[in-house]
Amino acid sequence: MQNQEQINQLKNTVQDLLDEAKKQGATAAEAGLSQDNGLSVSVRLGEVETLEYHCDQGLGVTVYFGQRKGSASTTDLSPASIKETVSAACSIARFTSEDSFSGLPEQQLLATEFHDLELYHPWDVNADKAISLATECEDAARSFHPEISNSEGASVNSHQGIRVMGNSLGFLQGYAATRHSLSCSVLAQRGDSMQRDYWYSVARNALHLESAVSIGNKAAERTLRRLEGRSLSTRQCPVLYCAETASGLLGSFIGAISGGNLYRKSSFLLDALGSQVFPEFVRIHEQPHLKAALGSAAYDGEGVATKPRDIITGGILQGYVLGTYSARKLGMQSTGNAGGVHNLTIDPGTLDFDGMLKALNTGLLVTELMGQGVNMVNGDYSRGAAGFWVENGQIQYPVEEITIAGNLKDMLKNIVAVGNDVDYRGNIRTGSILVEQLSIAGE
Amino acid sequence: MTDLLNLVRQAVLTPSGLQDGDIEKIMNCLLSASVDDADIYFQSSHSESWVMEGGIIKEGSHSIEQGAGVRAVSGEKTGFAYSDRIELPVLLEAAGNVKAIVRHGQQAQMGIIKTAKWPRYYPIVNPLPSLATNQKIDLLKTVDSETRKLDPRIEEVIVSLSGTYENILVANQDGSLSADVRPLVRMNVSVIVEENGRREQGSMGGGGRSDYNYFIEQDRALNYGKEAVRQALVNLEAGEAPAGNMTVVLGPGWPGILLHEAIGHGLEGDFNRKGTSAFSGRVGERVASDLCTVVDDGTLPGRRGSLSIDDEGTPTEQTILIENGILKGYMQDKLNARLMGVKSTGNGRRESYAHLPMPRMTNTYMLPGQHDPQEIIKSVKKGLFAKNFAGGQVDITSGKFVFSASEAYLIEDGKITSPVKGATLIGNGPDVLTKVSMVGNDLQLDSGVGTCGKDGQSVPVGVGQPTLKIDGLTVGGTSV
Ligand SMILES: [Zn+2]
Repeated sequence: MQNQEQINQLKNTVQDLLDEAKKQGATAAEAGLSQDNGLSVSVRLGEVETLEYHCDQGLGVTVYFGQRKGSASTTDLSPASIKETVSAACSIARFTSEDSFSGLPEQQLLATEFHDLELYHPWDVNADKAISLATECEDAARSFHPEISNSEGASVNSHQGIRVMGNSLGFLQGYAATRHSLSCSVLAQRGDSMQRDYWYSVARNALHLESAVSIGNKAAERTLRRLEGRSLSTRQCPVLYCAETASGLLGSFIGAISGGNLYRKSSFLLDALGSQVFPEFVRIHEQPHLKAALGSAAYDGEGVATKPRDIITGGILQGYVLGTYSARKLGMQSTGNAGGVHNLTIDPGTLDFDGMLKALNTGLLVTELMGQGVNMVNGDYSRGAAGFWVENGQIQYPVEEITIAGNLKDMLKNIVAVGNDVDYRGNIRTGSILVEQLSIAGE
Repeated sequence: MTDLLNLVRQAVLTPSGLQDGDIEKIMNCLLSASVDDADIYFQSSHSESWVMEGGIIKEGSHSIEQGAGVRAVSGEKTGFAYSDRIELPVLLEAAGNVKAIVRHGQQAQMGIIKTAKWPRYYPIVNPLPSLATNQKIDLLKTVDSETRKLDPRIEEVIVSLSGTYENILVANQDGSLSADVRPLVRMNVSVIVEENGRREQGSMGGGGRSDYNYFIEQDRALNYGKEAVRQALVNLEAGEAPAGNMTVVLGPGWPGILLHEAIGHGLEGDFNRKGTSAFSGRVGERVASDLCTVVDDGTLPGRRGSLSIDDEGTPTEQTILIENGILKGYMQDKLNARLMGVKSTGNGRRESYAHLPMPRMTNTYMLPGQHDPQEIIKSVKKGLFAKNFAGGQVDITSGKFVFSASEAYLIEDGKITSPVKGATLIGNGPDVLTKVSMVGNDLQLDSGVGTCGKDGQSVPVGVGQPTLKIDGLTVGGTSV
């Protein structure tokens, strides 16, 4: 297999980096290397707009001199550059402080089993084929309804790459992965009201992509339903986060239990281990070894083995999200999360989207959030929003130019239901989430 | 100017042995198709960063990014390829791929002819060696220890310092070669304070197109620490923020992020050429009260958002966006300017050689008005005074924008009273400035911290404004 050959070649380069680090006096080192190729095509108003060929590479090295560390990276993989990069990292390590928590992971935590996670599915898509697919997608959106007035285009992206990492404990691994996507964004106009929305599909395997026509139709549908949005008067009401916005809510939760925020005491969930963070019916777990999933990985950014595990059981926090350094700072062990979580999943409930609307009864359905507005230190939450006003489980009219506010600690506890309308397009897999009560500010 | 060109040639081309003749070869390959525009963008950038945390120098890193991007444009079509290997065969292949997007046409020949002269707005300097490493470490340590001394409630101080030395060279199809050396430095102090179990944060930083001495001059670095602590302590006292539509007074400087989000993005040429912006087709119309004049200005000396030339080799300028409330024009790159029949305003920017240029802001600010800021506060019976902000976002089509206050106070009976928690403010871009009823005489630019994201590309930008009074903006607090 050509890939295996290339992986082996890159492994040699990583080994060269590690050897060079040792030669320059480092007591330990870690190195990583990546190479990516890709094609993106966008079509707008039926004409090709851009054709882009991507070709990226980079390497990074971290060296330790005892417990002082230094890092360096470059896009140049030549032997001369390897030498220079290692020496840049070493000269930095002469100035950083002794840090008793720094260093490579514990040997026994490093991954030793490497099952094929089926992350590599090359797509024989050339520019012409990509153009016709994007055209088909945009055509579907533009012909969907006469009020679809303009387009930002449809695009096809196909990327494949190889990642290799190693450290001076003898870990040296690499894998190939692909990622393909198809997206579409159109505008609609009615009187003075102009709106834009989009839809996309992304997968490791192009066969798993949603059809071009379906993506185009959804983009058009989502744009049309936003026309003539209005603000709401300031009030308190229950809020239903659609699946795409719900993943942001869980993302904030993950941020709050991440090692970096915990040891810096900049989290609203300090010392929450073993306590009730969500209502009893909630289970949240990581599934790092799912085949062909977007967030799958056999090991984390430091080579530590990833493991399927529960983060929330019965609403109670079972574990933090830790890399080696933050784990040591907290007197714990790495959870294999250097670089983040892997296919974080909240167990879906029994209600589909319509059922969730009925559960909301009267309140706000949020389909878009704007701005940052999340304070990790104290959990204060205030974000711009757009969506729909719902009465008796029925969507009444689109809503925009409002904010929703509350405190994340309360919001997580006050989750009423989780839908089974799961969005599989990201690293966080959730259905829609209903939160009991939030403050809405509007006109 | 030829000195500058030679300097950049040395930094960007010499390491890979590329000559002017090679650039001609690549360009001539592109020009064998019928193109409206073609360019080759070479970039070499060296950067470093240092972080002090928990009282120790915790991290240091160094990175080198270099490569070239090759682009051909015909009508509205763009072909683009890039490589991190600046080698003739690689770039010729890239050019061959790229021109496939356009019809084959006349055989044009390009010869490198000239380099134009243009003013420079920042020094030709490599900031990385501007302080010796131990001086950088000393600076971090001093800021850390001086900041910790300021208040017993301080729990944690994080100080970071970073610098970039970037060389760019743009070859255009008319044979012109333009070069720029772009230094950029940035420093930040963030603190966590704790009192009776309540924890709050504060953060302040700055920088610009300069070297590290910038932070030592005028005690800037130490002042970042003081300001971060002041903000954090204010937040310890903050009560629930109000919710609803009310009069909002925005402080001078960084709150100018309002202009960036509410109108700046909506006035970028690409959205307006395509008719997807809430401002499309509105040049000559009133979009703000007559107190408002807003410009985008890449020519401010040493500012974070400034550029001597943009990433297409066009010299930057001061572009008037809104004059006395009337929309005057858009920010343009070459492609969108050509398609709209206007001149590029020097706003064609790209994150790196691996990204396509598009119209982007530089430093966007509002010119000062007549009012004393005290008078402005005095005129408000009940409202919100927002002094500092985190970030913002805009939907350019619907015009709705948000920006999040990180330090705010109630105004009651013409006086600034108690601090309130951070809250997101939301409004409608095309009409928010029509509600500006007072403009202060205290124009300030931000301290040099802004980064703007668009289509996944980040570029450094600046904002600024005088104190502004807006008669009605939605404040997203929790207290109804
Ligand atoms: Zn921006």
